[in-house]
Amino acid sequence: MTLEGRQKATGLIFIAPWVIGFITFFAYDFVQTIIFSFNKLSIKSSGGYTLQYIGISNFDNALHQSADYVETLTNSMGPILIDIPLIIFFSLFIAVLLNRKFKGRALMRALFFLPVIMACPAITEAISDNMQNLLGGISNAAAAEASSTQTTSGLDIQAITMVLTDYGIPDQIVTYLVDAVSRIYEIVRNSGVQIIVFLAALQAIPGSMYEVAEIEGATKYETFWKITFPLVSPLILTNVIYTIVDLYSQSDVITLEQTTAFSQMNFGLSAAMCLISSLVICMIIGLCGYFISRKVFYQA
Amino acid sequence: MNTPCIARIQVSRNNTEKTKMQRLKTRRTIGKVLTSIFIAIIMIGLSYVILSPLIGIVSNSFMTINDYYNPVVYLIPIHPTMDNFTTAWEQLSCPASILYTLVYSAVIMLIQTFICSFVGYGFARFKFPGCNVLFALVILTFVVPVQTFMVPLYMQFRDFDFLGIFHLFTGGGIDLLNTPVPIILLSLTGSGLRSGLFIYIFRQFFRGLPQEIESAAFIDGAGPLYTFFVIMLPNAGSAIITVLLFSFVWQYNDVFYASLFMNSSNLLPLQISTLSSKVSDVLSIKDPNQAALYVHAGITLTIIPLIVIYLCLQRHFMESVDRSGIVG
Repeated sequence: MTLEGRQKATGLIFIAPWVIGFITFFAYDFVQTIIFSFNKLSIKSSGGYTLQYIGISNFDNALHQSADYVETLTNSMGPILIDIPLIIFFSLFIAVLLNRKFKGRALMRALFFLPVIMACPAITEAISDNMQNLLGGISNAAAAEASSTQTTSGLDIQAITMVLTDYGIPDQIVTYLVDAVSRIYEIVRNSGVQIIVFLAALQAIPGSMYEVAEIEGATKYETFWKITFPLVSPLILTNVIYTIVDLYSQSDVITLEQTTAFSQMNFGLSAAMCLISSLVICMIIGLCGYFISRKVFYQA
Repeated sequence: MNTPCIARIQVSRNNTEKTKMQRLKTRRTIGKVLTSIFIAIIMIGLSYVILSPLIGIVSNSFMTINDYYNPVVYLIPIHPTMDNFTTAWEQLSCPASILYTLVYSAVIMLIQTFICSFVGYGFARFKFPGCNVLFALVILTFVVPVQTFMVPLYMQFRDFDFLGIFHLFTGGGIDLLNTPVPIILLSLTGSGLRSGLFIYIFRQFFRGLPQEIESAAFIDGAGPLYTFFVIMLPNAGSAIITVLLFSFVWQYNDVFYASLFMNSSNLLPLQISTLSSKVSDVLSIKDPNQAALYVHAGITLTIIPLIVIYLCLQRHFMESVDRSGIVG
């Protein structure tokens, strides 16, 4: 065999585990999901399952008849889309701050990564479950936001809300403010990995560029937008995609799909729901990726 | 004479210039001080946002119910008690749960790191037909949420039948649910929790290493496996530490695969989510606040291993991410 041939074969051997996994699990299961979504699945007690073709009735059910699905989907996509630019700007800002030299910098860097370490969904669930028990059920969206934020962020939202309404501020503005404040916590909690990635990018920028800029008389503002921002822009794309995937995996749509599958035993419907929401997410990622790639500055 | 006058004028001109310089300097230092204060305020504020739930949970774990209801008590209980911890310890089936979760996460972490480095090296260094398309598929496995295939995945492992081999022997597949085997198989084939991301990290890293090393190894007669194990892996320290930490933490905290494949095992994340109902049913605690205290103690127990590991490795980790070459 030629050297090139041997190289190609070696390469294929190295990635062989992944190819096996992709075919056995990813590709096969994807096809299975599509098949399941067109069928009604019943589990045989012996361990297998039977399929019964029902056409697009699952999709119809999910989109038109199901009480929760479309509502949950739109309600989750909205916050995701709003949170993405907030998270990216916030993490870039914090990364720039953490890149400067100040006392306690190592401590602050460790601190911002802490939410990633503590990101157990079970913990958040446990806390919000408790809070719901305490409030005896949730009556409206604002109270739900307030209750989940109160336990997880230490802010006494209800007291603040009472003070604000006492001052005569209309309810809608109060709800908006409460929403914005709870969002701060969510943004900080979801920014850990992005801050680290941006920090790594910032540290990869050679210091000589800044020196040249200073000698040439650039202001700090110009330095940021003409040097730092373009050199960090490839990572913005990476972070946007990571953020979308991360936020989606925490959203209510996933919980709905899981309960449909395993509590209601309606596997076909769950498969249809999964397909629809994955399609939506992939479209969002594709659009964001496309628009951002056009603006990214790639070094020669 | 003129000279003293001129000298005096020159001295006074130097003086005004000096004060101008001084004024500029003071303005700059004021600017710097204000910026530092601004940064300090932001940092302190954000630290509060991040730390307050943790502090709240930990302090609640030590409180009796009387302290909890006492409006005077804020964070430090008057009568600290280990009662919540002992109850949570029993209800969570510790130490079995903690040990099992740690060992489980550690094993998966090692498997994932090794396999992803293997695959990442293959993508980085070798040009074979379709390597770009396949790498795009790797990214796709990370982007497309795994929940999309949770139903077929569940079915597949409920009745596992690789290439129909088991069918020949027993006429049916084997039920692999509630064993660690599914997740181990997934990790062994590079399809574990967020493996696509790890493969990407390793590929970016290996691309950043100079190619001369491998050429030298090849000239000296090293085969590709030898090159990988003896030369590339030891150089990959920072990428390895990054992936080790990420995969351990994500595996430890993971609820999705745990609830899908290991629902009746005593993995900690699962135990925590059911702790609150367990406490109110088994111990007949009527007061939800009391149940909340037990849950908080349970959460503290769950977090302790993570925080210990994080504190030990944190410095290495920060440096590693910088050097792992994710960036360019």
